[in-house]
Amino acid sequence: MTTSVSAMGGIVRRKEDPALIAGRGQYVDDIRLNGEAVMAFVRSPFAHARINSIDTAAAESMPGVLAVYTIEDVRDLGPVLAQVPVGVLRPLLADGAVHHVGEAVAAVVAENSYVARDAADSVMVDYDPLPAVVDMKAAVTGTDRAHEGAESNVLVTWFSHDWWPGVFELEDHRPAIAEAKQRDDVVVVSQEMLNQRLIPTAIEPRAVLADWNHGYDRVKLWSSTQMPHALAGAVAKTFGLPSNEVHVVAPEVGGGFGAKLNIYPDEILTVFASKDLNRPVRWTETRRESAFSTIQGRGWVATATITGTRDGEILGYELDGIADMGAYSQNFTVAIPVLGLFVAQGQYDIPLAWQVACVQTNTQTTDAYRGAGRPEASYYIERIIDMYAAEIGMDPTEVRRKNFFKKEDFPATTAIGLTMDSGDYETNLDTLIADVDYAGLRSMQAAAREEGRYIGIGVGTYVEVCGFAPSVLAEFGFGWDAYGMPTSFSGSGLVRINPDGSATVIIGTGPSGQGHQTTWAQVVSDRLGIDFDNVRVTHGNTAESPTGVGTFGSRSAAVDGAATYEAAEKVSKKAADIVAHMLEASADDIRFADGGAHVAGSPGHKVTWAEIAEVAYKPHKGPEGFEAGLEAHAVFSPGNATWPFGSHLAVVEVDPETGNVEILRYVGVDDCGNRINPMIVDGQIHGGIAQGIGQAMFEEAIYDEDGNLLTGSLIDYPIPTAGDLPAFELGWTNTPTDVNPMGVKGIGEAGTIGSAQTIVNAVVDAVSPFGVKHIDMPLRPKRVWDAIQKARG
Amino acid sequence: MQVTMTVNGREVSGDVEPRTLLVHFIRENLRLTGTHVGCETSYCGACTIQVDGNAVKSCTMLAVQADGATVKTVEGLADGDQLHAVQEGFWERHGLQCGYCTPGMLMSAASLLEQNASPSEDEIRHAIEGNLCRCTGYHNIVRSIEYAAAKLRGEEPAPPDWTLDFEGVS
Repeated sequence: MTTSVSAMGGIVRRKEDPALIAGRGQYVDDIRLNGEAVMAFVRSPFAHARINSIDTAAAESMPGVLAVYTIEDVRDLGPVLAQVPVGVLRPLLADGAVHHVGEAVAAVVAENSYVARDAADSVMVDYDPLPAVVDMKAAVTGTDRAHEGAESNVLVTWFSHDWWPGVFELEDHRPAIAEAKQRDDVVVVSQEMLNQRLIPTAIEPRAVLADWNHGYDRVKLWSSTQMPHALAGAVAKTFGLPSNEVHVVAPEVGGGFGAKLNIYPDEILTVFASKDLNRPVRWTETRRESAFSTIQGRGWVATATITGTRDGEILGYELDGIADMGAYSQNFTVAIPVLGLFVAQGQYDIPLAWQVACVQTNTQTTDAYRGAGRPEASYYIERIIDMYAAEIGMDPTEVRRKNFFKKEDFPATTAIGLTMDSGDYETNLDTLIADVDYAGLRSMQAAAREEGRYIGIGVGTYVEVCGFAPSVLAEFGFGWDAYGMPTSFSGSGLVRINPDGSATVIIGTGPSGQGHQTTWAQVVSDRLGIDFDNVRVTHGNTAESPTGVGTFGSRSAAVDGAATYEAAEKVSKKAADIVAHMLEASADDIRFADGGAHVAGSPGHKVTWAEIAEVAYKPHKGPEGFEAGLEAHAVFSPGNATWPFGSHLAVVEVDPETGNVEILRYVGVDDCGNRINPMIVDGQIHGGIAQGIGQAMFEEAIYDEDGNLLTGSLIDYPIPTAGDLPAFELGWTNTPTDVNPMGVKGIGEAGTIGSAQTIVNAVVDAVSPFGVKHIDMPLRPKRVWDAIQKARG
Repeated sequence: MQVTMTVNGREVSGDVEPRTLLVHFIRENLRLTGTHVGCETSYCGACTIQVDGNAVKSCTMLAVQADGATVKTVEGLADGDQLHAVQEGFWERHGLQCGYCTPGMLMSAASLLEQNASPSEDEIRHAIEGNLCRCTGYHNIVRSIEYAAAKLRGEEPAPPDWTLDFEGVS
């Protein structure tokens, strides 16, 4: 049976799943090459220390050890490349000093992983410990430096009014806000809040396998990465190869969440070792070392302040914060707070004065973790707006509504000069309120409090920014120039009709579970009327996809999806000419459906895709002078980013005797424009919410004062389990975008951006009768209990 | 040391170091790579298999401890082309995204349903607490296991609860 699947709103089982549920999916560590050797690292026990000497003799003499490398062997290759190279770039191996616990000091290559580990443990390193800078505030005010000789630990401070000088001429809102504070009809509500550091924790640890072929001077690299083309560029640039001699494959990738959106030293070192030893070399991260070998996220402390009238009009929002960059700058490190700045004012048309200082510390590097700056920014505005609402005694949904950008404001210009494509925040919030019967919930809460139960209701709204565009943002750093791949964050889609009538679709993304094979097949099946099962989609492969940017920033559907849509359009135009010739009709009258093409109004007058393809590849059967073959490639560079949004609500119950928090309900109403596959959209929202709840309630990367990570295992760093979470209730509104032909916006990070503050708002609401105004995340029982005790006095 | 065991119905043997983990024996010696390693410390559950009918985390068991045992991995879950009900459930109810935790999750789910044919949502959530998933928020995993439970009981599974039919406003 031939079926085409609707591109919009079609539910279809995923193409990805049959292999994965059978245990036949292929992740990097599942691949084995003949003669491969295994790499292991010697890692620093100190957060900050000079290295006096490294003695590799014992390790080198062990049977089965092939090589032991230090910085002396690889210094010529330079540091790990970074797209926004502000700060100290990470050396491939520690160069004279270590700057965080777990920094790689030497690399051992051996016949198998057990021998490699034994040998790594035999390398003797002599250190001179130095004072470690661990605390973000101390990094700003103290005299110790995370890197010896640095003038300051502050790398850059981002200000909302001049974040990109020379491009945006912006009004500085600080004087107006200062003036507003002098009015006698205003309240000023201010709170310092921690947005704690997190460990991304994809369940698949990172892995890399490099195979340098000296015969062809070409290298093939399998990596658990979200950005295969950028990695190919970085390897090419580092080793002086043209990028077409580097073949990167990201096979199945077991979760990414931004943590696999970096160039990592192990990716370069395995290539180096493979070239040096003339053998394939692999490295697979252990969970324990993942905390040291993969980036972390968040790690901000900031004071948020709202100045507003007693009837709910916000006259100014200020944020003064510090963001912890860790020891080295990697891919986007110092640019992550800029992504927060993009959504700093949330859904509200209010004056903004925002400054965030980026500091180096002797801890693991931070970079993009699901949401990347936007959850932090959303958390601050949504928490302080709740505190403001409490201060003036107004319902938190009313304060929000009063300050929303209105539907008619769109396209709306933000305080930092960006244009938001479309939005209808009021309808979205109204939908949530109607869906949950908000008034009824408040009555239930009041009744419960009469019974001595502490129920809390929290609302959080968010605006997200996806598919970073326009192209000029590449000059700010939103491109892959540093990796020798000068490109904006455009999308790539190639659609090929094969001679047998099947379709191959090749996209430039690097997904890690988002279902791109399914979604793109829906788009192509819908545009070309080709059987969904007859469309094969591949991604994550630099030899197949002409260009590619990867998967991050909730960009894939809105950018690569749009490119694929355009490529399919090109194919349909050419195919229409072929079919017109075959059916002796006008090309304008050709319609594609049900596995082939027919003449409009005459469904019986038809040909199959196999018949069309045969003509395409046998030009003597086609129209005079047409070009043989049937494929098209499109690069799509949108004129703007997309700006999805949503409203979330949580109902929690707090046990004041223990501080335990139970989530009774979690409801999200998200608006990501048109939805290609609502099943997959729901799944993205579910997972996003779970990660936001993880931050709100459980997760925290804790370093002691010497810079030792105290939470390096999954027992100390508890990500949510099934028993910790409720079932999620989802609703949706639809405000399509016009920046791409499908009207889709993006949904990968929205759940995370909307959820942490929703939970905290609910918990604070629950314990507000005790006088509690704020509790820092994670809301573990002791912290909630302490807050209650402190408020009670 | 020589070990012999029955894996997915086939008798296999191999020469291993005493310290070789069962998961490494399965992945490296037998090249059954569906059983994944996510933490090496038994917290994440990606390596869950069945040993003598019980769900076991194969990263914290030595290969020599499984000498003589009957082992089932995710590759042995289906009966030929016929998917096990939990596999079908995960496919039908979008119980997986990246797929890395999925084999362990399937093995735990299969064990649960062997012991409890009609688990409540709470019982399902409790039963898979030892299997961590970072993608799905567990919502659709729970629905997938409910689907499988219904199938195994010979009942019609509840319809999916995605937001397809929710009336959007605009």
